[in-house]
Amino acid sequence: MSPGLKNKSPSKDQGRLAARKRNLFVRARMIQSIRNFFIEKDYLEVETPQIIPAPPPEAHIEAVRTGNQFLHTSPEICMKQMLSAGYTKIFQISKCFREGERGNLHLPEFTLLEWYRIGIDYHYLMNDCEALISCIARDLGIEERLRYRDLDIDLEAPWQRISVRDAFFRYALMPLEKALNKGVFDELMVREIEPNLGVTKPTFLYDYPASLAAMARLKPESHEFAERFEFYIGGLELANGFSELTDTNEQRARFERDMQQRRMSGKQIYPIADRFLKSLEHMPEAAGIALGVDRLAMVFTNTLKIDHVVSFTPEEL
Amino acid sequence: MYNASDLRKGLKIQIDNDPYIIIEFQFSKPGKGQSLYRCKLKNMITDVIIDRTYRSGDTFQPAVLEERKMQYLYEQENEFCFMDVENYEQTFLNTDQVGEAKNFLTDNLEVEILFFEGKAIGITLPNFVDVAVTKADPWAKGDSVAGDTKPITVETGYVLRVPPFVEEGDRITIDTRTGEYVTRVKE
Repeated sequence: MSPGLKNKSPSKDQGRLAARKRNLFVRARMIQSIRNFFIEKDYLEVETPQIIPAPPPEAHIEAVRTGNQFLHTSPEICMKQMLSAGYTKIFQISKCFREGERGNLHLPEFTLLEWYRIGIDYHYLMNDCEALISCIARDLGIEERLRYRDLDIDLEAPWQRISVRDAFFRYALMPLEKALNKGVFDELMVREIEPNLGVTKPTFLYDYPASLAAMARLKPESHEFAERFEFYIGGLELANGFSELTDTNEQRARFERDMQQRRMSGKQIYPIADRFLKSLEHMPEAAGIALGVDRLAMVFTNTLKIDHVVSFTPEEL
Repeated sequence: MYNASDLRKGLKIQIDNDPYIIIEFQFSKPGKGQSLYRCKLKNMITDVIIDRTYRSGDTFQPAVLEERKMQYLYEQENEFCFMDVENYEQTFLNTDQVGEAKNFLTDNLEVEILFFEGKAIGITLPNFVDVAVTKADPWAKGDSVAGDTKPITVETGYVLRVPPFVEEGDRITIDTRTGEYVTRVKE
């Protein structure tokens, strides 16, 4: 027995924490690697407040109330206000909070990496994703192929790219329009489509229906679709990125539409984010993305449960 | 009443007036989409397993189940009769509902009977029961080695393998979870 250690067998809590040591090491190195990647590319690391007065009224994201304000569900609207003020390349790693999200892939308090850059669109952002993931893999000593679940995934760029419309056609065997009309888009996505994405190579799923984009720009040539994408590794959704909507009036109209939907379904109503909406008048063309850091740690530690890549889950406190 | 966010493994709910237990549960939420509560459920009467996906806003009636201590009385035309030890009320289970448990039902055995809305739907045996050996070949000493077993029949008609020294008329203990011999009961 080493001096200083108490002669007691470890409790269940200590055993569980100790068993996560390797994962937490990988996680820390991964976050270090993310910072290096962006700093090297001249991005400014920023910190925006976690307590905000007016979260964006997304139809299916619930903010946690604190006093008469809210914990942010993502740093998105503050970071975009910085773009409007002349910041050109910014990134942030922050804790975000979403009420009621708990499962093998969800924690109500989780870590998001977001980065924004002016003068680019969502296709450019996809290239960024490829470069970032390759850089992290290299720093973790993974050469091109990643073992995740029972899969052997080739990380080398270019990754696979499939539009939402094609994915419904190929995997859900139902046209996208029909899935939307019948209200089964989410069910088919989870059951039929997602498990097939990113199985041999990471996969970008892109061009979402306009109705499923709160803050993304619509495609100039076809207003049915928004310039939004998600990327998947081994069936796991890791990030959501898009070309930013920079039209104040359209953004206000979408916020009002989404707020109306929230009101109809009995969800809590937020104040309108006026300062953010006003700032859009000065916002340059830009693209931005939110990547789930906990889920990325799951991929790089080959872990199936988000619990195993954080020090404590809410139930363990 | 339960909401979708109450769903979890082990919860018992009613679907079409049948009691179901959630045997697998997964919370899903596709990017920016709605929360989906994916369940694998087992019908507690028929054991049929189904998959269901629920959304926030869906509500459920709890399946209220009650276990009562009862005594096994007799079998008649594939109906097994049990009596409540407190109020002497009798109730019946059919062969399907009793299942493998019939191998270990000895007269007057105390068991737990599961009720759903006043109807008996299942049985839980004690982990160990003592039964009489009704048929066993004599042990031919000398031509057996350690670890040998032989088949015997017990009073319920159940056949199992036991060590060679067990004889007709002995009482033995059986583990009802595995159906295996545990020990010979010393009288």
